[in-house]
Amino acid sequence: MRGVGELLAQTRVCVVGGSGGVGKTTTSAAIAAGMAARGLKVAVVTIDPAQRLATALGLDELGNDPHRVEAERFAAAGLELRGELWAMTLDPKRTFDELIAHLSPDAETRERILANRVYRELSDAIAGSQEFTAVAKLHELAQTGDWDLLVLDTPPSRNALDFLDAPDRLTAFFEGRALQTLLRGGGAGLRLLGRGTGLVLGLLRRVTGTELLSDLSDFFRLLGGLLGGFRERAEQVEALLRAPGTRFLLVTSPEREPIEEAIFFQRRLRAARMTLGGAIVNRVHADELGDEDPADLPALLAAEAGLSPALAHRVAAVFADEHALARRDAANVAALAQRLGASVPLLQVPLLDGDVHDAAGLVRLEAELFGDPGA
Amino acid sequence: MPGLADKRLVFVTGKGGVGKTTVALALGIAAARRGLRTVVAELSGQARAAETFGAPSAPGEEVALDGDGLHAISVDMERAMEEYLHERAGRVGDLLAASRAFHTFASATPGMRELLTIGKVWELAQDRRRVAGTRPYDLVIVDAPATGHALGALRAPRTFAEIARVGPIAHQGTAIDATLRDPAQTAVVAVALPEEMPVTETLALRRRLRDALGLELAAVVVNACLPERIGPRQARTLADALDRADDRVVRAALRSALSEQARAAEQREQVARLAADAGPAPLELPYAFAPAVGPVVLGDFAQRLEGLL
Repeated sequence: MRGVGELLAQTRVCVVGGSGGVGKTTTSAAIAAGMAARGLKVAVVTIDPAQRLATALGLDELGNDPHRVEAERFAAAGLELRGELWAMTLDPKRTFDELIAHLSPDAETRERILANRVYRELSDAIAGSQEFTAVAKLHELAQTGDWDLLVLDTPPSRNALDFLDAPDRLTAFFEGRALQTLLRGGGAGLRLLGRGTGLVLGLLRRVTGTELLSDLSDFFRLLGGLLGGFRERAEQVEALLRAPGTRFLLVTSPEREPIEEAIFFQRRLRAARMTLGGAIVNRVHADELGDEDPADLPALLAAEAGLSPALAHRVAAVFADEHALARRDAANVAALAQRLGASVPLLQVPLLDGDVHDAAGLVRLEAELFGDPGA
Repeated sequence: MPGLADKRLVFVTGKGGVGKTTVALALGIAAARRGLRTVVAELSGQARAAETFGAPSAPGEEVALDGDGLHAISVDMERAMEEYLHERAGRVGDLLAASRAFHTFASATPGMRELLTIGKVWELAQDRRRVAGTRPYDLVIVDAPATGHALGALRAPRTFAEIARVGPIAHQGTAIDATLRDPAQTAVVAVALPEEMPVTETLALRRRLRDALGLELAAVVVNACLPERIGPRQARTLADALDRADDRVVRAALRSALSEQARAAEQREQVARLAADAGPAPLELPYAFAPAVGPVVLGDFAQRLEGLL
């Protein structure tokens, strides 16, 4: 089994994906710390980290740009960061506002969009496409050339792949100006619909109300000026995701549903011509005995470990359940490995007692992921 | 407080991966057992309810899972939009629904997906159903998206009503919003795991729900709670035994017991955080050691959730 260090050789951008609750954020942070320990200058972009993890990474202060994590935090836990570790938490709304500002042809357009009533009301929903803002931020950071490696933790959406569609969806959104053209009764609108514009407008009014239409139309007109720049940006983002130095790492737990999502994820990546660098299975129950089924465990525990009969029975009962889970995990992981194919390296991380949420926990996880001493 | 059986709409939400679908289904089973005509509405495009019961399903289609008690629907935005247009404008609405430009507009407008989805869920809960050939339900249990997205969806009707100000969308948005804010009709159930992040998210949800809708959380369900089979004193005995033991099997057994004990103890701390909060007392569901959550486990969970109805 290879370690993450080998998987990420020659990698500039590592996108960590998987379904919710499998430990993506923690894994992303541990990967970034491990690569920083190996001498790289690494930035990790996290999305909504747990409070204690945020504290461990020094992410309590506000800001939408990476800042350097003090090496002492990790040194105290036994990991020497020979390179540099930077971290940030994504602020989707701010990232989107910044993108609008950046793409606006002039200051006036920028101010008018940011002040637009519809934009303000809907900007949460727009920024809610964290999927897009995350990759937009990634692209922005990649452009600076300041880091050897960027690690992106993807949003906790149920369908972990939403962010692959996000550029398209956002482009479609900007193209809502088609509606604006339509409202003006222009030829393009007529061609789009192929029916009488008057009829369609009448219908739209019946289902949406006139004011909403005109407000939205203003909004789309303002955004229309940004469309060219936005499309270009979306294309660059896609190109970055397909670049040879970009690798996706799939994180899953050994349970059936996250594994199904992981398989789906792989299929989608392949269709999108993006590179799957490997899969990480977190929280695998230790399978010490394999398919061995110890006979009369309570007696053995009493004899060999000197446990009282009652305690021996209890331990045996716990072991039976945990062993069954270990067998289930082993079977699920084997099935995953087979479905992913031999070309996809698969790493297993044992179930660690308790949550990983501080520097010490990250260092433990780092050791499991990299499989060799950090420095 | 619960009394979920007296509501029309129950939203089940929580962090990703905590078992929202399982809890929504178990609640649905419990409600149907009580004789309520119930539908479990999935919003994630999946049809896990139907799959679990081995029932055929099609996007946006209401299917019976168990006689006339339990039903399921996987809400489909396109279908919801077609229904809405048809209901508002009849044949001409159908024409609009068939227009590509309109689809582009609808799917590109931020929040429109949430609005249509929540509108469909609301429609399911109406005494007078608007979709031809359908009958009303006593209770709609919504397998809602993860916390952030769920709150966004719950806010969508008011947001659109405010933007539209007048006209049909404003009217409809206001009506839906009024239902969502009415604690006599709507309840929100939070699902958590006994782990740091899901607990933190649940505590935050309580505040955010109050800010967004003025609603209180009706219940907090903690999923996958390990049994406490080994006490702290016994754990010390086992740790000592592990130091001395050299039999491979004995060591494996002791280690697994100590590991489970440590995880169970950490879980207790997290459940205590929920219990210490002013919100509803957490209701625990046991860790399912079964290889997959099937009808037997769901039936057991339904019984345990019975008190919430």
